[in-house]
Amino acid sequence: MVGITSYGAYVPRYRIRVEDIAKEWGADSESYKRGLFLNEKSVAGMDEDTITMSLEATRNALRRAAIDPNKVGAVYVGSESHPYAVKPSSTIIAEAINAVPHCHCADLEFACKAGTESLFITYGLVKAGLITYGLAIGADTSQGAPNDALEYSAASGAAAFFVGTENIVANIEATYSCTTDTPDFWRRDNQVYPRHGGRFTGTPAYFKHVHLAGKMLLEKTGVTPAEIKYAVFHQPNGKFPQRVSKMLGFSKDQIKAGLLAPSIGNTYSASSLISLTAVLDIAEKDDLIMMVSYGSGAGSDAFLFRVTDAIYQTRDKAKTTMSYVNERLVYLDYGLYAKYRDKIIIS
Amino acid sequence: MSVPKYWRNIPQRYRLEAVKCIKCGKLFFPPRPVCNECRSQEFETVHLSDEGKIVTFTVLNSAPSKFSYQTPYPIAVIELSDSAKICAQITDCDIDKLYIGMPVKLQMRKLSTEGDAGIINYGYKAVPA
Ligand SMILES: [Zn+2]
Repeated sequence: MVGITSYGAYVPRYRIRVEDIAKEWGADSESYKRGLFLNEKSVAGMDEDTITMSLEATRNALRRAAIDPNKVGAVYVGSESHPYAVKPSSTIIAEAINAVPHCHCADLEFACKAGTESLFITYGLVKAGLITYGLAIGADTSQGAPNDALEYSAASGAAAFFVGTENIVANIEATYSCTTDTPDFWRRDNQVYPRHGGRFTGTPAYFKHVHLAGKMLLEKTGVTPAEIKYAVFHQPNGKFPQRVSKMLGFSKDQIKAGLLAPSIGNTYSASSLISLTAVLDIAEKDDLIMMVSYGSGAGSDAFLFRVTDAIYQTRDKAKTTMSYVNERLVYLDYGLYAKYRDKIIIS
Repeated sequence: MSVPKYWRNIPQRYRLEAVKCIKCGKLFFPPRPVCNECRSQEFETVHLSDEGKIVTFTVLNSAPSKFSYQTPYPIAVIELSDSAKICAQITDCDIDKLYIGMPVKLQMRKLSTEGDAGIINYGYKAVPA
Protein backbone atom coordinates (compact mmCIF):
# COMPACT_ATOMS: atom_id res chain seq x y z
CA MET A 1 0.00 0.00 0.00
CA VAL A 2 1.17 3.51 -0.84
CA GLY A 3 -0.62 6.57 0.44
CA ILE A 4 -0.65 9.76 2.47
CA THR A 5 1.04 9.20 5.85
CA SER A 6 0.55 12.76 7.05
CA TYR A 7 -0.79 16.08 5.83
CA GLY A 8 -0.84 19.74 6.77
CA ALA A 9 -2.30 22.99 5.48
CA TYR A 10 -1.56 26.66 5.93
CA VAL A 11 -3.68 29.67 4.97
CA PRO A 12 -2.57 33.21 5.92
CA ARG A 13 -4.85 35.14 8.28
CA TYR A 14 -5.33 38.17 6.02
CA ARG A 15 -8.43 38.56 3.85
CA ILE A 16 -9.87 41.06 1.42
CA ARG A 17 -13.57 41.14 0.59
CA VAL A 18 -14.80 41.09 -3.00
CA GLU A 19 -16.72 44.34 -2.29
CA ASP A 20 -13.51 46.10 -1.29
CA ILE A 21 -11.84 45.20 -4.59
CA ALA A 22 -14.93 45.99 -6.70
CA LYS A 23 -15.31 49.39 -5.04
CA GLU A 24 -11.88 50.53 -6.25
CA TRP A 25 -12.61 49.69 -9.86
CA GLY A 26 -16.27 50.65 -10.09
CA ALA A 27 -17.15 46.99 -10.68
CA ASP A 28 -20.31 45.17 -9.65
CA SER A 29 -19.40 43.00 -6.67
CA GLU A 30 -22.68 41.06 -6.90
CA SER A 31 -21.64 39.61 -10.26
CA TYR A 32 -18.62 38.03 -8.52
CA LYS A 33 -20.52 37.03 -5.41
CA ARG A 34 -23.60 35.56 -7.05
CA GLY A 35 -22.08 34.74 -10.44
CA LEU A 36 -18.86 33.11 -9.27
CA PHE A 37 -19.58 32.35 -5.59
CA LEU A 38 -16.63 34.40 -4.36
CA ASN A 39 -16.95 36.35 -1.09
CA GLU A 40 -13.40 37.01 0.04
CA LYS A 41 -9.88 35.73 -0.55
CA SER A 42 -6.79 35.04 1.52
CA VAL A 43 -3.79 37.35 1.23
CA ALA A 44 -0.25 36.45 2.29
CA GLY A 45 1.33 38.71 4.92
CA MET A 46 4.20 41.00 3.97
CA ASP A 47 6.73 38.50 5.31
CA GLU A 48 5.12 35.41 3.77
CA ASP A 49 5.73 33.73 0.44
CA THR A 50 5.42 30.31 -1.18
CA ILE A 51 8.41 29.02 0.78
CA THR A 52 7.32 30.16 4.25
CA MET A 53 3.77 28.88 3.72
CA SER A 54 5.05 25.56 2.33
CA LEU A 55 7.21 25.09 5.40
CA GLU A 56 4.39 25.83 7.86
CA ALA A 57 2.12 23.36 6.05
CA THR A 58 4.96 20.81 6.20
CA ARG A 59 5.50 21.45 9.91
CA ASN A 60 1.79 20.83 10.49
CA ALA A 61 2.24 17.49 8.71
CA LEU A 62 5.25 16.73 10.95
CA ARG A 63 3.22 17.64 14.04
CA ARG A 64 0.70 15.00 12.96
CA ALA A 65 3.33 12.28 12.36
CA ALA A 66 6.95 12.26 13.51
CA ILE A 67 8.57 11.27 10.22
CA ASP A 68 12.34 10.72 10.30
CA PRO A 69 13.77 13.42 8.01
CA ASN A 70 16.59 11.05 7.00
CA LYS A 71 13.99 8.85 5.34
CA VAL A 72 12.52 11.64 3.21
CA GLY A 73 13.99 10.86 -0.20
CA ALA A 74 12.24 13.55 -2.24
CA VAL A 75 10.83 17.05 -1.72
CA TYR A 76 8.78 18.66 -4.48
CA VAL A 77 7.19 22.10 -4.34
CA GLY A 78 4.58 22.87 -6.98
CA SER A 79 3.84 26.58 -7.46
CA GLU A 80 3.51 29.33 -10.00
CA SER A 81 4.88 31.85 -7.50
CA HIS A 82 8.27 30.46 -6.49
CA PRO A 83 10.07 33.42 -4.84
CA TYR A 84 13.14 32.90 -7.00
CA ALA A 85 13.03 32.57 -10.79
CA VAL A 86 16.23 30.54 -10.47
CA LYS A 87 16.99 28.81 -7.13
CA PRO A 88 14.64 26.13 -5.91
CA SER A 89 12.05 26.53 -3.17
CA SER A 90 12.32 22.80 -2.46
CA THR A 91 15.96 23.02 -1.30
CA ILE A 92 14.96 25.49 1.42
CA ILE A 93 12.16 23.22 2.62
CA ALA A 94 14.47 20.17 2.61
CA GLU A 95 17.09 22.10 4.59
CA ALA A 96 14.54 23.40 7.11
CA ILE A 97 13.22 19.91 7.90
CA ASN A 98 16.76 18.52 7.92
CA ALA A 99 16.17 16.10 5.05
CA VAL A 100 19.45 17.19 3.42
CA PRO A 101 21.70 16.08 1.81
CA HIS A 102 20.44 12.62 0.77
CA CYS A 103 17.34 13.90 -0.91
CA HIS A 104 16.02 14.58 -4.43
CA CYS A 105 14.49 18.04 -4.75
CA ALA A 106 12.70 19.86 -7.54
CA ASP A 107 10.32 22.73 -8.10
CA LEU A 108 7.34 22.04 -10.31
CA GLU A 109 5.27 24.45 -12.37
CA PHE A 110 2.00 23.80 -14.23
CA ALA A 111 -0.30 26.74 -13.43
CA CYS A 112 -2.72 25.53 -10.71
CA LYS A 113 -1.83 21.84 -11.15
CA ALA A 114 1.76 21.98 -9.91
CA GLY A 115 0.76 20.86 -6.40
CA THR A 116 -0.95 17.63 -7.42
CA GLU A 117 1.96 16.92 -9.78
CA SER A 118 4.22 16.77 -6.76
CA LEU A 119 1.82 14.27 -5.19
CA PHE A 120 1.65 12.28 -8.42
CA ILE A 121 5.45 12.03 -8.69
CA THR A 122 6.14 11.18 -5.03
CA TYR A 123 3.46 8.47 -5.27
CA GLY A 124 5.27 6.96 -8.27
CA LEU A 125 8.67 7.06 -6.55
CA VAL A 126 7.40 5.49 -3.34
CA LYS A 127 5.50 2.83 -5.28
CA ALA A 128 8.62 2.01 -7.29
CA GLY A 129 10.52 1.53 -4.02
CA LEU A 130 13.05 4.26 -4.85
CA ILE A 131 12.32 6.32 -1.72
CA THR A 132 10.81 5.63 1.71
CA TYR A 133 8.97 8.94 2.08
CA GLY A 134 8.30 11.74 -0.35
CA LEU A 135 7.16 15.24 0.58
CA ALA A 136 4.66 16.73 -1.88
CA ILE A 137 3.74 20.41 -1.59
CA GLY A 138 1.43 22.76 -3.45
CA ALA A 139 1.67 26.45 -2.54
CA ASP A 140 1.03 29.82 -4.10
CA THR A 141 0.84 33.55 -3.47
CA SER A 142 -0.94 34.09 -6.75
CA GLN A 143 -1.46 37.52 -8.27
CA GLY A 144 -4.14 38.92 -10.51
CA ALA A 145 -3.51 42.21 -12.29
CA PRO A 146 -5.33 45.19 -10.75
CA ASN A 147 -8.86 45.43 -12.19
CA ASP A 148 -8.57 42.03 -13.88
CA ALA A 149 -11.27 39.42 -13.15
CA LEU A 150 -8.53 37.27 -11.57
CA GLU A 151 -7.88 39.88 -8.91
CA TYR A 152 -11.10 38.79 -7.18
CA SER A 153 -9.93 35.21 -6.75
CA ALA A 154 -6.09 35.00 -6.82
CA ALA A 155 -5.23 33.96 -3.26
CA SER A 156 -2.53 32.47 -1.03
CA GLY A 157 -2.13 29.16 0.78
CA ALA A 158 -0.23 25.88 1.00
CA ALA A 159 -0.74 22.18 1.62
CA ALA A 160 1.86 19.47 2.26
CA PHE A 161 1.68 15.67 2.19
CA PHE A 162 4.09 12.96 3.17
CA VAL A 163 3.66 9.91 0.98
CA GLY A 164 4.86 6.53 2.24
CA THR A 165 4.00 2.92 2.87
CA GLU A 166 3.56 2.77 6.67
CA ASN A 167 0.88 4.27 8.94
CA ILE A 168 -1.08 5.47 5.94
CA VAL A 169 -4.02 7.76 6.74
CA ALA A 170 -5.40 7.77 3.18
CA ASN A 171 -4.44 5.05 0.75
CA ILE A 172 -4.00 6.07 -2.88
CA GLU A 173 -6.27 3.59 -4.66
CA ALA A 174 -5.85 4.92 -8.21
CA THR A 175 -4.68 7.90 -10.25
CA TYR A 176 -5.41 9.25 -13.68
CA SER A 177 -3.89 12.19 -15.54
CA CYS A 178 -4.81 13.94 -18.78
CA THR A 179 -3.12 16.75 -20.70
CA THR A 180 -3.63 18.75 -23.92
CA ASP A 181 -2.07 21.94 -25.24
CA THR A 182 -4.72 24.56 -24.39
CA PRO A 183 -3.68 28.22 -24.11
CA ASP A 184 -6.35 29.34 -21.61
CA PHE A 185 -4.05 31.12 -19.14
CA TRP A 186 -0.36 32.01 -19.21
CA ARG A 187 2.32 34.32 -17.92
CA ARG A 188 5.28 35.18 -20.09
CA ASP A 189 8.78 35.26 -18.64
CA ASN A 190 9.52 38.44 -16.65
CA GLN A 191 5.84 39.45 -16.55
CA VAL A 192 4.34 40.11 -13.12
CA TYR A 193 0.71 39.30 -13.95
CA PRO A 194 -0.81 36.47 -15.99
CA ARG A 195 -3.12 36.78 -18.99
CA HIS A 196 -6.12 34.59 -19.68
CA GLY A 197 -8.55 33.74 -22.44
CA GLY A 198 -11.67 35.03 -20.65
CA ARG A 199 -14.61 32.72 -21.42
CA PHE A 200 -12.18 30.34 -23.11
CA THR A 201 -11.06 29.27 -19.61
CA GLY A 202 -14.37 27.45 -19.11
CA THR A 203 -15.66 24.81 -21.52
CA PRO A 204 -12.53 23.89 -23.56
CA ALA A 205 -10.23 24.25 -20.57
CA TYR A 206 -11.44 23.64 -16.99
CA PHE A 207 -14.60 21.66 -17.73
CA LYS A 208 -13.12 19.51 -20.49
CA HIS A 209 -10.11 18.37 -18.46
CA VAL A 210 -11.65 18.08 -14.99
CA HIS A 211 -14.63 16.19 -16.40
CA LEU A 212 -12.44 13.84 -18.44
CA ALA A 213 -10.09 13.11 -15.53
CA GLY A 214 -12.98 12.50 -13.13
CA LYS A 215 -14.83 10.29 -15.61
CA MET A 216 -11.75 8.24 -16.48
CA LEU A 217 -10.87 7.71 -12.81
CA LEU A 218 -14.38 6.41 -12.12
CA GLU A 219 -14.24 4.14 -15.20
CA LYS A 220 -10.77 2.88 -14.32
CA THR A 221 -11.76 1.96 -10.75
CA GLY A 222 -15.36 0.89 -11.40
CA VAL A 223 -16.42 3.12 -8.50
CA THR A 224 -19.72 5.04 -8.84
CA PRO A 225 -20.17 8.64 -7.63
CA ALA A 226 -22.63 7.36 -5.00
CA GLU A 227 -19.88 5.26 -3.40
CA ILE A 228 -17.64 8.30 -2.95
CA LYS A 229 -18.07 10.26 0.28
CA TYR A 230 -16.25 13.46 -0.69
CA ALA A 231 -15.36 14.91 -4.07
CA VAL A 232 -12.77 17.69 -4.22
CA PHE A 233 -12.04 19.79 -7.29
CA HIS A 234 -9.74 22.60 -8.26
CA GLN A 235 -11.53 25.87 -7.45
CA PRO A 236 -10.80 28.85 -9.70
CA ASN A 237 -14.00 30.22 -8.13
CA GLY A 238 -16.94 28.74 -6.23
CA LYS A 239 -19.05 28.11 -9.31
CA PHE A 240 -16.88 25.94 -11.59
CA PRO A 241 -16.40 23.06 -9.11
CA GLN A 242 -20.15 22.97 -8.40
CA ARG A 243 -20.92 22.74 -12.11
CA VAL A 244 -18.34 20.06 -12.91
CA SER A 245 -19.36 17.98 -9.91
CA LYS A 246 -22.93 17.96 -11.24
CA MET A 247 -21.65 16.91 -14.69
CA LEU A 248 -19.91 13.95 -13.04
CA GLY A 249 -22.95 12.93 -11.00
CA PHE A 250 -22.07 14.22 -7.53
CA SER A 251 -24.49 15.89 -5.15
CA LYS A 252 -23.95 19.19 -3.32
CA ASP A 253 -23.41 17.28 -0.07
CA GLN A 254 -20.45 15.42 -1.53
CA ILE A 255 -18.55 18.61 -2.42
CA LYS A 256 -19.61 20.90 0.44
CA ALA A 257 -16.78 20.05 2.86
CA GLY A 258 -14.08 20.76 0.30
CA LEU A 259 -15.59 23.89 -1.24
CA LEU A 260 -13.35 26.61 0.18
CA ALA A 261 -13.08 29.11 -2.71
CA PRO A 262 -16.01 31.26 -1.43
CA SER A 263 -14.03 31.91 1.80
CA ILE A 264 -10.38 31.88 0.72
CA GLY A 265 -10.44 32.31 -3.08
CA ASN A 266 -8.32 30.36 -5.54
CA THR A 267 -5.09 29.30 -3.88
CA TYR A 268 -3.82 28.01 -7.26
CA SER A 269 -1.39 25.11 -6.80
CA ALA A 270 -2.75 24.61 -3.27
CA SER A 271 -6.45 24.81 -4.15
CA SER A 272 -7.57 21.19 -4.47
CA LEU A 273 -4.90 20.09 -1.96
CA ILE A 274 -6.04 22.42 0.84
CA SER A 275 -9.57 21.17 0.21
CA LEU A 276 -8.31 17.60 0.52
CA THR A 277 -6.80 18.45 3.93
CA ALA A 278 -10.14 19.93 5.06
CA VAL A 279 -11.86 16.69 4.08
CA LEU A 280 -9.21 14.52 5.81
CA ASP A 281 -9.89 16.55 8.97
CA ILE A 282 -13.45 15.16 9.10
CA ALA A 283 -13.43 11.91 7.10
CA GLU A 284 -14.12 8.50 8.64
CA LYS A 285 -12.40 5.17 8.14
CA ASP A 286 -13.12 3.59 4.73
CA ASP A 287 -14.50 6.81 3.22
CA LEU A 288 -13.60 7.20 -0.44
CA ILE A 289 -12.38 10.65 -1.53
CA MET A 290 -11.94 11.74 -5.13
CA MET A 291 -9.73 14.72 -5.92
CA VAL A 292 -9.33 16.29 -9.36
CA SER A 293 -6.97 19.20 -9.93
CA TYR A 294 -6.76 21.49 -12.92
CA GLY A 295 -3.84 23.41 -14.36
CA SER A 296 -4.16 25.79 -17.25
CA GLY A 297 -2.12 24.95 -20.25
CA ALA A 298 -3.82 22.41 -19.64
CA GLY A 299 -4.35 19.24 -17.68
CA SER A 300 -5.90 17.48 -14.69
CA ASP A 301 -4.64 14.96 -12.14
CA ALA A 302 -7.25 12.73 -10.51
CA PHE A 303 -6.77 10.66 -7.35
CA LEU A 304 -8.98 8.22 -5.49
CA PHE A 305 -8.17 7.87 -1.77
CA ARG A 306 -9.48 5.48 0.84
CA VAL A 307 -9.25 6.74 4.43
CA THR A 308 -7.83 4.31 7.03
CA ASP A 309 -8.34 4.18 10.80
CA ALA A 310 -4.83 5.66 11.30
CA ILE A 311 -6.51 9.01 10.60
CA TYR A 312 -7.93 9.03 14.15
CA GLN A 313 -4.48 8.90 15.79
CA THR A 314 -3.02 11.49 13.45
CA ARG A 315 -5.26 14.40 12.59
CA ASP A 316 -5.84 16.05 15.98
CA LYS A 317 -2.14 16.79 16.51
CA ALA A 318 -2.13 19.92 14.34
CA LYS A 319 -4.43 22.84 13.60
CA THR A 320 -7.39 21.96 11.39
CA THR A 321 -7.69 23.49 7.96
CA MET A 322 -11.03 25.10 8.87
CA SER A 323 -9.40 26.89 11.81
CA TYR A 324 -7.07 28.54 9.27
CA VAL A 325 -10.06 29.36 7.09
CA ASN A 326 -12.26 30.83 9.84
CA GLU A 327 -10.21 32.01 12.83
CA ARG A 328 -8.04 35.02 13.73
CA LEU A 329 -8.91 36.76 10.46
CA VAL A 330 -7.75 40.29 9.67
CA TYR A 331 -9.52 42.18 6.89
CA LEU A 332 -7.44 44.48 4.68
CA ASP A 333 -8.69 47.47 2.74
CA TYR A 334 -7.51 47.83 -0.85
CA GLY A 335 -4.64 50.15 0.10
CA LEU A 336 -3.15 47.72 2.60
CA TYR A 337 -3.79 44.82 0.24
CA ALA A 338 -1.86 46.64 -2.51
CA LYS A 339 1.01 47.18 -0.07
CA TYR A 340 1.00 43.55 1.13
CA ARG A 341 1.05 42.21 -2.40
CA ASP A 342 3.73 44.60 -3.70
CA LYS A 343 1.31 46.29 -6.08
CA ILE A 344 2.75 49.68 -5.25
CA ILE A 345 6.04 50.57 -6.91
CA ILE A 346 8.30 52.49 -4.52
CA SER A 347 11.38 53.84 -6.25
CA MET B 1 23.85 40.34 4.96
CA SER B 2 26.55 38.70 2.84
CA VAL B 3 25.69 35.43 1.11
CA PRO B 4 28.38 33.40 2.97
CA LYS B 5 27.17 34.73 6.33
CA TYR B 6 23.56 33.87 5.49
CA TRP B 7 24.61 30.41 4.37
CA ARG B 8 26.60 29.77 7.57
CA ASN B 9 23.58 30.67 9.69
CA ILE B 10 21.10 28.41 7.87
CA PRO B 11 21.02 25.61 10.49
CA GLN B 12 20.10 28.01 13.30
CA ARG B 13 17.80 30.22 11.22
CA TYR B 14 15.82 27.44 9.55
CA ARG B 15 15.72 24.73 12.18
CA LEU B 16 16.85 26.33 15.45
CA GLU B 17 20.03 24.32 15.77
CA ALA B 18 21.85 25.04 19.02
CA VAL B 19 24.79 23.37 20.73
CA LYS B 20 24.98 21.86 24.20
CA CYS B 21 28.29 21.56 26.05
CA ILE B 22 28.93 17.84 26.59
CA LYS B 23 30.96 18.53 29.76
CA CYS B 24 28.76 20.99 31.69
CA GLY B 25 25.48 20.92 29.76
CA LYS B 26 25.28 24.63 28.99
CA LEU B 27 23.15 25.50 25.94
CA PHE B 28 24.35 27.99 23.31
CA PHE B 29 22.24 29.67 20.65
CA PRO B 30 23.71 30.75 18.34
CA PRO B 31 26.26 27.93 18.54
CA ARG B 32 29.80 28.84 19.64
CA PRO B 33 33.13 27.02 19.43
CA VAL B 34 34.20 27.23 23.11
CA CYS B 35 32.05 26.90 26.24
CA ASN B 36 32.31 30.09 28.33
CA GLU B 37 31.52 28.11 31.48
CA CYS B 38 34.04 25.25 31.37
CA ARG B 39 36.20 26.02 28.28
CA SER B 40 35.27 22.71 26.70
CA GLN B 41 35.18 22.51 22.92
CA GLU B 42 33.00 19.43 22.75
CA PHE B 43 29.36 20.03 21.89
CA GLU B 44 26.34 18.09 20.72
CA THR B 45 23.80 19.56 18.30
CA VAL B 46 20.31 20.04 19.69
CA HIS B 47 17.16 21.58 18.20
CA LEU B 48 15.39 24.23 20.23
CA SER B 49 11.67 24.04 20.80
CA ASP B 50 9.57 26.23 18.50
CA GLU B 51 7.21 27.13 21.36
CA GLY B 52 7.74 29.70 24.07
CA LYS B 53 6.47 32.85 25.75
CA ILE B 54 7.21 36.55 25.62
CA VAL B 55 9.65 37.69 28.34
CA THR B 56 9.61 41.32 27.26
CA PHE B 57 8.94 43.30 24.10
CA THR B 58 9.08 46.72 22.53
CA VAL B 59 7.38 48.24 19.50
CA LEU B 60 9.49 49.85 16.79
CA ASN B 61 7.92 52.90 15.19
CA SER B 62 11.06 54.12 13.50
CA ALA B 63 12.98 51.36 11.76
CA PRO B 64 16.00 50.97 9.48
CA SER B 65 15.03 51.70 5.86
CA LYS B 66 14.95 48.00 4.96
CA PHE B 67 12.15 47.44 7.48
CA SER B 68 10.40 50.81 7.39
CA TYR B 69 7.43 49.49 5.37
CA GLN B 70 6.62 47.14 8.27
CA THR B 71 6.32 49.72 11.06
CA PRO B 72 5.05 49.62 13.69
CA TYR B 73 6.33 46.15 14.56
CA PRO B 74 7.23 44.46 17.85
CA ILE B 75 10.55 42.86 18.78
CA ALA B 76 10.61 40.51 21.73
CA VAL B 77 12.80 38.42 23.95
CA ILE B 78 11.23 34.98 23.97
CA GLU B 79 11.88 32.18 26.39
CA LEU B 80 11.47 28.87 24.60
CA SER B 81 10.02 25.90 26.43
CA ASP B 82 13.51 24.37 26.72
CA SER B 83 14.53 27.60 28.59
CA ALA B 84 16.69 29.05 25.80
CA LYS B 85 16.12 32.77 25.26
CA ILE B 86 16.06 34.27 21.79
CA CYS B 87 15.29 37.64 20.26
CA ALA B 88 12.75 37.75 17.44
CA GLN B 89 10.24 39.94 15.69
CA ILE B 90 6.59 39.17 16.46
CA THR B 91 4.43 38.96 13.35
CA ASP B 92 0.75 38.34 12.52
CA CYS B 93 -0.19 39.93 15.84
CA ASP B 94 -2.49 42.61 17.16
CA ILE B 95 0.05 44.92 18.80
CA ASP B 96 -2.45 46.18 21.40
CA LYS B 97 -3.05 42.65 22.61
CA LEU B 98 0.56 41.61 23.26
CA TYR B 99 1.49 40.94 26.88
CA ILE B 100 4.43 39.58 28.87
CA GLY B 101 3.96 35.84 29.28
CA MET B 102 1.99 35.49 26.03
CA PRO B 103 2.50 32.08 24.41
CA VAL B 104 4.07 32.24 20.94
CA LYS B 105 5.25 29.84 18.27
CA LEU B 106 8.20 30.33 15.95
CA GLN B 107 7.63 30.21 12.20
CA MET B 108 9.88 30.76 9.23
CA ARG B 109 9.28 34.15 7.61
CA LYS B 110 10.95 36.40 5.09
CA LEU B 111 13.10 38.71 7.22
CA SER B 112 14.37 40.94 4.44
CA THR B 113 15.53 40.94 0.85
CA GLU B 114 18.83 42.19 -0.51
CA GLY B 115 17.49 44.80 -2.90
CA ASP B 116 15.59 43.75 -6.04
CA ALA B 117 18.09 41.15 -7.22
CA GLY B 118 19.90 39.85 -4.11
CA ILE B 119 19.03 36.86 -1.95
CA ILE B 120 15.95 36.57 0.24
CA ASN B 121 16.79 36.31 3.94
CA TYR B 122 14.60 33.73 5.66
CA GLY B 123 14.57 33.23 9.40
CA TYR B 124 12.31 32.77 12.40
CA LYS B 125 9.69 35.12 13.74
CA ALA B 126 7.24 34.60 16.58
CA VAL B 127 3.50 34.33 16.03
CA PRO B 128 0.92 34.37 18.85
CA ALA B 129 0.15 30.69 19.58
ZN1 LIG C 1 30.71 23.69 29.29
